[in-house]
Amino acid sequence: MTYDLTFAKEVYKNSEEGHWIKMCMQCGVCAGSCPLGFLGAWKYSPRQIFQMVRAGLRDEVLTSSDMWMCTSCYNCIVRCPRNLPITHIIHGLARYASVQGKADPKQPTHQFAKDIFWENIVATGRVGEAALTMKLYFKDGIGEGIKQGLEMKDSALGMLKAKRLKPLPFRGKIKGYPGFKAMLNKAFELENKKEGKA
Amino acid sequence: METKIGCYICTGCGIGEALKVQSLEKIATKEQKIPVVKNHPFLCGDEGVALIRKDMESEGVNALVIVGCSHRVKSESFRLGTALMDRVDIRDKCLWVLDVPEGDKTAAEDRQMMAEDYVRLGCVKVKKMNDPKPFEATTPFSKDVLVVGAGIAGLTAALEVARTGYKVLLVEKEETLGGKVANMHKVSPARPPYNKLEDNPLPKLLAEVKGNSNIRIMNSTVVQKTVGAPGLFDVTLKNGSSTAQERVGSIIIATGYTAYDPNKLEKHLGYGSSPDVITSLEFEEMAKAGKIVRKSDGKPAKRVAFSLCAGQRDSSHLSYCSGACCVYSLKQALYVIENQPDASAYLIYQEVRTPGQMEDFYRKVQNEGGIFIKGDVKQVAANTTGLTLDVDDKLLRQNIKMDVDLLVLATGMETTVDTVDPNSASPVGTQVEELPGSVLNLHYRQGPGLPSLNGPFPDSHFICFPYETRRTGIYVAGPARRPMGIAATRTDAAGAALKAIQVVESVARGAAVHPRAGDLSYPSFREEGCTQCKRCTEECPFGAINEDAKGNPLFNPTRCRRCGTCMGACPQKIISFANYSVDMIGSMLKEVEIPEADEEKPRILVFACENDAIPALDMVGRSRTNPLSPYIRIIPLRCMGSMNLVWIADAMSKGYDGILLMGCRHGTDYQCHNVRGSALAEIRLSKVSETLTRLQLEADRVKMVEVNIMDAETLPQVINNFVAEIKELDPNPYKEF
Repeated sequence: MTYDLTFAKEVYKNSEEGHWIKMCMQCGVCAGSCPLGFLGAWKYSPRQIFQMVRAGLRDEVLTSSDMWMCTSCYNCIVRCPRNLPITHIIHGLARYASVQGKADPKQPTHQFAKDIFWENIVATGRVGEAALTMKLYFKDGIGEGIKQGLEMKDSALGMLKAKRLKPLPFRGKIKGYPGFKAMLNKAFELENKKEGKA
Repeated sequence: METKIGCYICTGCGIGEALKVQSLEKIATKEQKIPVVKNHPFLCGDEGVALIRKDMESEGVNALVIVGCSHRVKSESFRLGTALMDRVDIRDKCLWVLDVPEGDKTAAEDRQMMAEDYVRLGCVKVKKMNDPKPFEATTPFSKDVLVVGAGIAGLTAALEVARTGYKVLLVEKEETLGGKVANMHKVSPARPPYNKLEDNPLPKLLAEVKGNSNIRIMNSTVVQKTVGAPGLFDVTLKNGSSTAQERVGSIIIATGYTAYDPNKLEKHLGYGSSPDVITSLEFEEMAKAGKIVRKSDGKPAKRVAFSLCAGQRDSSHLSYCSGACCVYSLKQALYVIENQPDASAYLIYQEVRTPGQMEDFYRKVQNEGGIFIKGDVKQVAANTTGLTLDVDDKLLRQNIKMDVDLLVLATGMETTVDTVDPNSASPVGTQVEELPGSVLNLHYRQGPGLPSLNGPFPDSHFICFPYETRRTGIYVAGPARRPMGIAATRTDAAGAALKAIQVVESVARGAAVHPRAGDLSYPSFREEGCTQCKRCTEECPFGAINEDAKGNPLFNPTRCRRCGTCMGACPQKIISFANYSVDMIGSMLKEVEIPEADEEKPRILVFACENDAIPALDMVGRSRTNPLSPYIRIIPLRCMGSMNLVWIADAMSKGYDGILLMGCRHGTDYQCHNVRGSALAEIRLSKVSETLTRLQLEADRVKMVEVNIMDAETLPQVINNFVAEIKELDPNPYKEF
């Protein structure tokens, strides 16, 4: 039944800052403040996502790409008359959708965050710009990668000239890599515990 | 006692430099024959006031023309113990509103002429004044207060009055006291942090009322009829078959509301077809009994839907918002879900209206897990385990189905006060001994009920005098006045209690209550001139005038608010106040010097309402940015309602080129302090074109504008545009006569 609270309670408990969703009064100031609204980038505005959570529309929420569109401009947080941390709630929902395996693996932001960026940084302890850019450009195949690379070549050359881009991938690891790794492991441990997977 | 007038001219605030004070003095002495005329450089200071006092003591001066600033400033300084006084404003409305460039002799001359005319107006005004003698009745005034209805509003009002030492007669038609609140389980929070349900305040309040020796309670009693006026109300009370008469000074109506009949609601809401569709009041009784159950099978109700605005804000039912239903539905939602994790409350709303601190209570219910759905219930169907609702969900933008145990309809409030449509035909001669359904059955010429405005609730001046009705000395508190919840009702009742005390004290001194608080004058009429046209009895906004057996007006001075609407209405010009009359204003306007037509200095008479237009004009002066035309002459009126058409004719034959009337906004969002005054003036003026045509003058010469107290910025343009329009016309030909 619509407005069965099972899903809402699941979100309140497990999604980061998700418990705030019940305090939304559906005024729509977030939707009016979101810079992406004017671009038609989302199907559901933040307030609609919140109402869908409360209505128990689990699949519609978790498979939605709308949470992934957030640019973290924080307009909505600043303006929310009920002081909801909307940006954080939206990020929490995105992550929760990913953890639940509901988020589209091909959603660009999702894919970038989960595979490209994460793998890149965990491997060495820091971001290697060249490798990160290559992976991002070639994620949809070789043809697409070359096309995007050519499109951006002037920027890349400029950055090279200004020494803002290292041409060779970063090799080796950062100083104190074992400590970095231990930190990540601890974070995983805590996260798993929170989500009841430990 | 002989009147001896003293005229005192202040030369401070730049008056002495800008104007020829000696000429002003000459006007007063030579032309107006004022025996004592003096000037002082700082009249409102101790020395200046002492000068006046000395003359009052040793010279026998007992009437004052004080020439200086607006009567709205320095009023304390010039409170000199005489009602025979006029403050002639040559500063705010002359010096400060005129643009006189250095060395411009014509402009300076125009300014001098304006000031001189205002001195003339003031002298004539005081000459035409008589000292008002306070009204005394032939029978003694009562200071007791009658409270009708012993619900939360009536009990609170009675207690508030009694605590100040006045006697209260508390009348309740039911056998038990308490009204609707007696059936309440808990009440919504009235104290910080506004998130906890509170215990019913009634038992404590009842005990206090019953224990107060100033309160006499009469239960199972209704008011059969009410005769008289404030201080002199003779109320017939009926208990079973016996009646008794009581005299009271003022009346508080606290009869509360009746809930809108749920049977009148659309069938799709299911009321009547399923026992599980109930009203908020029925749900409250269930909660009080501790049994929130499905009525159909007696099983506990765990899923409860509340339909807010049921039959409200809906043109086919109640068009207005009852203001309290959102909050009491939130409260009832808490009955369902607080400390009950397996229960759910669904609030199906249009807008959640939680004014003031109730926003915190709204948050509380959200935090407890209340489910809020913006939308409408489209269909209700009974099933084996309760109800299935079809809801048009405006947030999800789809139709949804919901299974619930109970549907609670938040129906609205209707007043219990019988109101009369101010536009209905006059109910003369329908006074009856008993009128079931009438709260007071007033034996007033204008009908047994209280006037309404554009809805069923009694009319009150919602900005300035919210507790007032249009019947002086009768105040309505709580949801009988407008829909409201318990907390607002208690504040309302306390306010009405203060008003009820104020009126009995004022009446005992013979003084008016608002807006002319303290005014001792009251209308009287010259009987032999009366043609029994009954306009005064019809038009009085407060129903102060009854009729005697001959059809002459029978004034009830304690009902009167001294607006002078009767005086303006009277075609025979026979109604007057001791210090305000048709003759006074007529003589004043004739005193202004009208320049010859070839001088090309038109004269525009401005009648300005004292309540809004005069303060607005003062603000124009104070801003000193938008100069006014020097051709206007302002005469303040108590209320536009007191404008008698004879003044228009007089002014036209005197030779004024135009007349501008500045009254308050009227209509359903009126600002007229006397409710109908400016509206009536406009109706009268609509007939003035006949008079003008008879005089062979253009109808455009007379114009009425609505002026709000906030209009200081736009007012100069309104006035100067009118002056420009008048200049387009030929000069008034009557100047030559």
